[in-house]
Amino acid sequence: MNARTEILDRIRSALRDAPAVPEVPRDYRRSSELGEDALIELLTDRLLDYKANVFVEDAAAVPQRLAALLEGTGRYAVPHGLAEALFAEADAHDGGSGRRVTDAPGHRLSVEELDGVDAVVTGSAVAVAETGTIVLDASPDQGRRVISLVPDRHICLVRAGDITTILPEALRRLDATRPQTWISGPSATSDIELERVEGVHGPRTLDVVIVRG
Amino acid sequence: MRIALFATCIVDAMYPSTARATVSILERLGHEVIFPGGQACCGQMHVNSGYFKEALPVVANHVKAFEADEYDVAVAPSGSCAASVKHQHPMVARRCGDAGLEARAAAVGHKTYELSQLLVDVLGVTDAAAQLGSYFPHRITYHPSCHGMRLLRLGDRQLDLLRSVGGIELAELPEAEQCCGFGGTFSMKNADVSSAMLADKTANICGTGADLCAGGDASCLMHIGGGLSRQGSGVTTMHFAEILASTFEDPAAVTGDVRLTTGRTAR
Amino acid sequence: MSGTFLGMPSLPVFGIGNLHEHEPFPKAAHRELGNTQLRANLGHATRTIRDKRLAVVSELPDWEELRDAGRAVKESVMARLPELLEQFEANFTARGGTIHWARDAGEANRIVASLIREQGADEVVKVKSMATQEIGLNEYLEEQGIAAFETDLAELIVQLDHDKPSHILVPAIHKNRTQVRDIFLREMEGVDPELTNEPARLAAAARAHLRRKFLSAKVAVSGANFALADSGTLAVVESEGNGRMCLTLPETLITVMGVEKLLPAWEDLEVFMQLLPRSSTGERMNPYTSLWTGVTPDDGPQNVHLVLLDNGRSAALADEMGRSALHCIRCSACMNVCPVYERTGGHAYGSTYPGPIGAILSPLLTGITAEENNSLPYASSLCGACYDACPVKINIPDILVHLRGEDVDSKRGKKKLPSQMDLGMKAASWALYSGKNLGLVEKALPLGRIAAGPDKKITKLPGIAAGWTQSRDIPAPPGQSFRQWWNKEHQAPAGPAAAGTDVPGAEPAGPKENP
Repeated sequence: MNARTEILDRIRSALRDAPAVPEVPRDYRRSSELGEDALIELLTDRLLDYKANVFVEDAAAVPQRLAALLEGTGRYAVPHGLAEALFAEADAHDGGSGRRVTDAPGHRLSVEELDGVDAVVTGSAVAVAETGTIVLDASPDQGRRVISLVPDRHICLVRAGDITTILPEALRRLDATRPQTWISGPSATSDIELERVEGVHGPRTLDVVIVRG
Repeated sequence: MRIALFATCIVDAMYPSTARATVSILERLGHEVIFPGGQACCGQMHVNSGYFKEALPVVANHVKAFEADEYDVAVAPSGSCAASVKHQHPMVARRCGDAGLEARAAAVGHKTYELSQLLVDVLGVTDAAAQLGSYFPHRITYHPSCHGMRLLRLGDRQLDLLRSVGGIELAELPEAEQCCGFGGTFSMKNADVSSAMLADKTANICGTGADLCAGGDASCLMHIGGGLSRQGSGVTTMHFAEILASTFEDPAAVTGDVRLTTGRTAR
Repeated sequence: MSGTFLGMPSLPVFGIGNLHEHEPFPKAAHRELGNTQLRANLGHATRTIRDKRLAVVSELPDWEELRDAGRAVKESVMARLPELLEQFEANFTARGGTIHWARDAGEANRIVASLIREQGADEVVKVKSMATQEIGLNEYLEEQGIAAFETDLAELIVQLDHDKPSHILVPAIHKNRTQVRDIFLREMEGVDPELTNEPARLAAAARAHLRRKFLSAKVAVSGANFALADSGTLAVVESEGNGRMCLTLPETLITVMGVEKLLPAWEDLEVFMQLLPRSSTGERMNPYTSLWTGVTPDDGPQNVHLVLLDNGRSAALADEMGRSALHCIRCSACMNVCPVYERTGGHAYGSTYPGPIGAILSPLLTGITAEENNSLPYASSLCGACYDACPVKINIPDILVHLRGEDVDSKRGKKKLPSQMDLGMKAASWALYSGKNLGLVEKALPLGRIAAGPDKKITKLPGIAAGWTQSRDIPAPPGQSFRQWWNKEHQAPAGPAAAGTDVPGAEPAGPKENP
């Protein structure tokens, strides 16, 4: 008998008392009523608690914010789906897009190239205010998982309209089968005496730009 | 109200003053107390040690004993034994395949209360000094035993009753919710770990500067008191029922070391 | 084909691997208790995490509702396991993943080794995984000439120190920062000799040490926290980013997961991803969670495998009282609140799974009679703190008691001589099964007073009771039991239940006595 058949037989035999399948009581919170300002405030509070840096900007001010954040850094990576216009201000400072490297289908950045950039700028799919979580689902404005992993600094744009209060609301906006990365602050460890220390293998700096409107 | 006292084996044999105090409190409140004579033990020592077969006659005896008399509620001055009657008895009967006993055990369990549960929830005692004349001019601390806290969800019932005793001074016990390390036969089978837990408990108790540590389970108090005695701490233990029964005219004595249960009590 | 089992019920097939206590727990505990540094480290760490957990749990107004949902989802998974496994397999496979089934630790190890060899690799990077520790994968790979590099900081500490993990979430919980610094200085190639014991500096050293490994690894091995049957999705929950590195960079990803880790549907994840981080690290959410469904073209590993492991899980499932131990999501909250674990640490439990959950899971997976695992269910005072902390409400104390019963029953009739405990329990059963017998025993109380002597305390007992008197006195018994006092007080004229010490029918009729 092959292992598959044998294991499934063992399990069926173990369940020969035919245990009941209970109804799952879903009496926990599944929706919420927070307004946009309250959501932004809550998400900001949580992210700061994780030692992320948070900036709240109107859409029109995002290019300036990005330019300011990128000032003084070397090359930075972006996914191909992120709007060029976001970098207009940075490019104006630089006199061109020379610092920016784009990961695109047909022109993939290698791990070595990514290891050589100072930062990555991505969008995001959805965020959860209560837990300070930002979800990336590899959509074109977020790119392949590797680009937001290898660079030591992650600048992440979160649209105010994508913020939910609680996790169940966020999950309803996501497709399970897309590769996902849930990010709650910069990489961290609690492995030494259970004290949280920020900055291990993932990006050690997380800058979040929350975009209104 | 007619109240059947389940003294529990350890109180019956080793700490009769706790049962006498329980009787005294309930009679002061105007209730009639009966003592079903067939009672012996709840059997949790057997159950918790895995001796279900040996536990069955003990459980059957308890059920029969508490079916034999007419009464409104039964009360035990022990969270652990009350929890055993309520939760373990039907389980033991079920495991041993006795469905009839399971149903009868559940009925007895349903009528059984831990003492503070009965006093607070059923008899409406909120102020021991006013309602019972309780007076106990000592600095005490209080250890909440695990089974009362977690199986019966007694919360602060015992502590609130103690707070309302005249003359009492209550010192908060650090890490109060930590187990004292008794655990029945655990204290013998895993004596080293048990002793380590006890050492932390007694250190916390001694740190409060209290004269004694009160609690609601004679077995845990015997364990803690035995440790305090061995260390020569001069701190003793006492069941909260005896503190509630203590009055200005007839105070409960605090003797130090392992308390000598010489039979005298507030009455 | 799923459906009801129609064949002959098979005997449970137990698990093998790193699941065994090799000496009785009390003996192992005795040794560990002697290590004062360990006691101090554990006390500090478990207190820290307990406080953090309490703070984030009390923030949620619906914590109990989440626990109820979590328990019901897991119960439902166990009841529907064959069907869900088949559904998961179909979805994972449809998206380009490959499933392998492993009956036990040995089979799982062989599968993983051959998949690594197929890639021509002689080293792998690993994400912390309980399943691979359980099956002893690292040791097996080493025998096969394959080097496995643990990448989680705590696992790295343990591996560099040639030590064993002592906690499922924080495997190096038994080490303090200075000990970690010393291990790094001793074992880590090219480490800064000026390294201090600041956790941030230590984490930075680990980053530098592993960076090249991550960027060049061809094969990664991981566990999984959850598997969603309705989509074929796997999830790994982590903090440091080492998980993301392993799950994203290498071309080949091999995941080893117990069959019980399934969740039926995507929406169930919303329950468990609220329960797990708060229960384990005491955070609102862990820094990183990765989800993948088979292969995503052009993104992450293109050669994706999952080894589904039985290794005793089907045997645990066959135990109706014990099967809910399989609900465990490996959060470690039970360890952090356990007064026994806090004092002995994880090594005393022998198995990969320490603490309260280990004390039930290990003997359920191996069978209660395997090696010294029958001592594990007694490694608890039954205080119940674990049950309160468990995010999926596993009634650990009840299962401990159940397994003690299995242990006692497994020995009945087998031994030539009953143990002291057997004899004591028999005697106590006689004394305690009727009021009359207890009354007779109480007549002997004055003997105890004589034994106690003028100090009025007993300080030394023989046999198994010696454990008690090693650190505690026993008070002298009273001159009169409560029963004796009551009967005297209530002698004729008869009160309500005055003289009766017998219940009709409770025992054979005998001469009435008057104690």
